[in-house]
Amino acid sequence: MTFYEEVVTVMLCGLASVTTRALPFILFSSKKPTPPMVRYLGNALPSAIFAMLIVYCLKNTSFLTGAHGIPEIIAIIFTVGLHLWLRQMLISVMGGTSVYMLLVQFYLP
Amino acid sequence: MNNTRINAFRAALPNTIPILAGFLFLGMAYGVYMNVSGFSFWYPMIMSAVIFGGSLEFVAVSMLLSPFAPAEVFLLALMIQARHLFYGIAMLDRFKGLGWKRWYLIYGLCDESFSINFTARIPEGIDRGWFMFWVTLLNQLYWVGGATLGGLLGSLLTFDTRGLDFVMTAMFVVIFLEQLLHERKHYTACIGMLSAVVCLNVFGADSFMVPTMGMILAILVFGRRYLEKTVNPS
Repeated sequence: MTFYEEVVTVMLCGLASVTTRALPFILFSSKKPTPPMVRYLGNALPSAIFAMLIVYCLKNTSFLTGAHGIPEIIAIIFTVGLHLWLRQMLISVMGGTSVYMLLVQFYLP
Repeated sequence: MNNTRINAFRAALPNTIPILAGFLFLGMAYGVYMNVSGFSFWYPMIMSAVIFGGSLEFVAVSMLLSPFAPAEVFLLALMIQARHLFYGIAMLDRFKGLGWKRWYLIYGLCDESFSINFTARIPEGIDRGWFMFWVTLLNQLYWVGGATLGGLLGSLLTFDTRGLDFVMTAMFVVIFLEQLLHERKHYTACIGMLSAVVCLNVFGADSFMVPTMGMILAILVFGRRYLEKTVNPS
């Protein structure tokens, strides 16, 4: 690939990225009221999105082979417990990550 | 005016600390990956700022190492980034009336900035537009900083960071939990989880996101009559 082709490739990736982010704002103008169906989707989607993002993060975890996803399951339970107890996002995230790192580095293969 | 900005910055900063940890690590991993693939640090630095989408940037490395195929690159990039369409739909009304900041917020609407800006309870008296602006800008700086650092340090890094990438999973778990605690009914959360799990098993890890989005959208649209009254109004 020449330098010019590299530049075009990177620009196309950037263009695709910004297209997916801007398209809803282009389709539904900020000056007119948002159509009821789109407003409903805007309210209904976030819970579904966050659920989808968790699956997305775990997509390469194999639950049938290797460690069977045990480090992930333990660390997620720990994160949830910590968060229900203290309700401090930073502590929950750091705590859960520390448990996960300990598990994958020391206790499980 | 100045105080508005500073106060919003002070409110925004603590919300971004988990992202600081996650993005520095993931950004560095990306920079190191580019470095060992034979690219100078300029590449991860510029690509992380221009593309600003983690998974796409990793894929872009293999695109740069393959023969030039612009149409393929654009279509694949659109598919990898498709989930951002949902963020725009959810933020349509919240980005209204923010002037020039709206354009930057749209440009920087990544998974993490969306999650924080959508769920953070912005304190009374803090300017919403500036708050979301700072969250987005800080996140982008962490990401570009991490990618640049990784590109510079390359394979010099030897300490054991196995498992640190879990910081992103933990963050989304906490954000999801907060969302569950603040809604009356969990139907759409279940729809999202089930669709993703079903599609992951049917289509595999590399291509399940677009079908998942289609499935979620179809269920929400066809079930609107039953679901609309269970959804929290924004």
